[in-house]
Amino acid sequence: MIARFATLAGVLVALVAASHTASAETPEALLKTLRSVGREGKGNVAASRAVRELSQADATILPTILRGFADSNPLAANWIRSAFETVAERELQKGGSLPRAELEKFLLNRKENPRARRLAFEWLVKVDPTVQARLVPGMLDDPSDELRREAVQQLTDQATVLKKDKKDKQAIALYRKALSGAVHDDQVKRIVEPLRQLGEKVDLQKQFGFLTSWQAVGPFDNKDKKGFDVAYPPEKKIDIKASYKGQLGKVAWTPVSTEQEYGIVDIAKSLMNYKGSAMYVTTNFQSDKARNVEIRLGTPNSWKLWVNGKLLFAREEYHRGMKIDQYRVDVALKPGRNVLLLKILQNEQTDNWAQRYQFQLRVCDGTGSAVLSQPTTTTSVLPSSSKSLVVKGSK
Amino acid sequence: MKSRLIRCIAALTCLVSLMGADWRQFRGNNTDSVAVSDTLPTTWSEKENIAWKVPLKGRGLSGPVIVGDRVYITSSSGVGQTRLHVQCFSVKTGELAWERQFWATGRTQTHKKMCVATPTPASDGKRLFAFYSSNDLACLDLDGNLLWFRGLTHDFPNASNSLGMASSPVVVGDTVIVQVESDADSFSTGIDVATGVARWRKDRPRKVNWTSPAVLKTKSGETLALLQSSVGLSAVKPKTGEVVWSFDGGASTTPSCTVADGTVYVPSSGVTALLPQGKEKPKVVWKSGRLSPSTPSPLVYGGRVFAVNRAGALTAADAKTGDVVWQMRMQGPFTSTPVAAGGLLYFFNEKGLGQVVKPSEKAGEIVGTSPLEATILCSPAVAGNALYVRSDGHLWKISK
Repeated sequence: MIARFATLAGVLVALVAASHTASAETPEALLKTLRSVGREGKGNVAASRAVRELSQADATILPTILRGFADSNPLAANWIRSAFETVAERELQKGGSLPRAELEKFLLNRKENPRARRLAFEWLVKVDPTVQARLVPGMLDDPSDELRREAVQQLTDQATVLKKDKKDKQAIALYRKALSGAVHDDQVKRIVEPLRQLGEKVDLQKQFGFLTSWQAVGPFDNKDKKGFDVAYPPEKKIDIKASYKGQLGKVAWTPVSTEQEYGIVDIAKSLMNYKGSAMYVTTNFQSDKARNVEIRLGTPNSWKLWVNGKLLFAREEYHRGMKIDQYRVDVALKPGRNVLLLKILQNEQTDNWAQRYQFQLRVCDGTGSAVLSQPTTTTSVLPSSSKSLVVKGSK
Repeated sequence: MKSRLIRCIAALTCLVSLMGADWRQFRGNNTDSVAVSDTLPTTWSEKENIAWKVPLKGRGLSGPVIVGDRVYITSSSGVGQTRLHVQCFSVKTGELAWERQFWATGRTQTHKKMCVATPTPASDGKRLFAFYSSNDLACLDLDGNLLWFRGLTHDFPNASNSLGMASSPVVVGDTVIVQVESDADSFSTGIDVATGVARWRKDRPRKVNWTSPAVLKTKSGETLALLQSSVGLSAVKPKTGEVVWSFDGGASTTPSCTVADGTVYVPSSGVTALLPQGKEKPKVVWKSGRLSPSTPSPLVYGGRVFAVNRAGALTAADAKTGDVVWQMRMQGPFTSTPVAAGGLLYFFNEKGLGQVVKPSEKAGEIVGTSPLEATILCSPAVAGNALYVRSDGHLWKISK
């Protein structure tokens, strides 16, 4: 009995000690624990304790929590956000205040994490009605796409009033300014429509950074959807002058380009809707420096994407919709020429809603702002094939 | 000893009664859409039988869940619906108790009719599990403190559906079970409610699937999770994912199966009634092509199976034989699964028209119609003699 009591007492002492040790951790250490969460629940148990402790602090901790977003992965960002919201909400519910000056200072520092800055903004506007008018106009080129959006909206609203008042010149200037910061398609559409009504021309391909000139080769066999995992010759080596044995005979690279303003390359219309096929398209992207960008792709077809020979993502899904920026793939570009290769596959569905064979692909930064391929000394990014694509029935 | 037993029974009764007052997951605690002891109004309007109406943020098809004196609801907002919301309201007043937001870590593209907040959250009575089409799963305590967070598409990047995911989680014991099934990567997983770490993860048929798990209490007292797919139905042990039995006759990928009196009613060849046989293949009791559930899941109540078809016709069949007993025309179309309470069936069509049906032996009769004048796609919740329903923009508590 005594031994049992001693054991229990020991456990209790250990628990109290552990609790004491935990509570002695600095906010920075607790934030580090939150940043350590990873895939499949890694670090959850420690993070659960850390977020609970962090959430018990008063509002003076909020700027520290915001700084804790630095270098956080998407999972960790949600843990940290939760701590911030818990503290801020409790403070306002009990009639307290937030450290406005520090939050504003954090918001205005563009080197800080964009999402954390947006979070600071959202809580600042709850307690300071002047924030929108004071700070939003300076956010048109902000590293946070959500903050940019605020500035674009303000300008668009002002331009709309000017247009209504028939002050076309001023309206055009403001719409143009808004467009310079717009990265979301819905906002771009709301700007481009009145601009065009006012007689202005807008190059949406350039606005979004769509890649519009490609070389294509195919079709290769994808009957019964078996071509997805088959590495046809272009996956091994891109040789624009080569020809291959394709699904319907000999195939060679042929140029394909699009004038569609959202950069949609329509294989079914430009070439043919080869049922049960795989096509490859390639292009070059000239980067002035080493940089991280996003490749954003929309397609209702299955696809694989390589950059400079490295497979970045593969997706086997057919006809579940297509949309701008449907897929986002992080890419590290090297200086100079970068070679993109896209394998795009069509299945054999006969439904009328399952006949699209197309894609749109753009290069942009994390906000969605276009990153354009730099001009090269040659006029074409890829050598054009002298032969046309061999199409149906060819041998 | 005797008094101890009496105290235990009293405590259990109290617990059961408290549990009965909750509506903890999609289609209720037993995933059967039946409220055991609630009496609801048959008509409502802005001036009558609406206790409160509160605004919501963004969009949401998820249903409300009720635990104790709180209502919990999820929404999604922002550009591309990348902002995930959990809100908690007072049952009594509708006052907002707390709100938490998260950033989606998975893909947020959906069909325009759907949205990222399509799955209904679930609760074990102590925790809330908010799940989204982006396959983000947030576990909070009932006061809004984050306990853990999982991004299942973040972990498994091909686990997504460009039309959107809809399957709602269920809690069985100390495991929360989610189905993440698509054309690309497809799995179900049982996650430890305490840590957010998977107890198991099993491959599932690679085909889009919007159905939700159901729970089956077996004769031996075990509770199994029922996972439906285009292939059929699997009954799995919640702690291990081990398949106890399966039915491979194919099944719908939209309406989900339900359970009544130990029989499983699967949307398969119309509706198929299955009688579990321990570890053996379940016995097919009957099949009826005349029951043709569209998006709403079938409902079994008072010895009848009810299903609404695409044309808005409500069919009632004998739960024991599958024989159609009566049919009636309703004003559709329907996405929301109906609920049963106090001998009545409560339907909301997509235009927000509430229709209350009194099912009798030989016919169904509409005893009340009440418009909410909003798009209603969620399945309502029932608790404490009140009906809770939401549109994108509002949450209503309907009670006398």
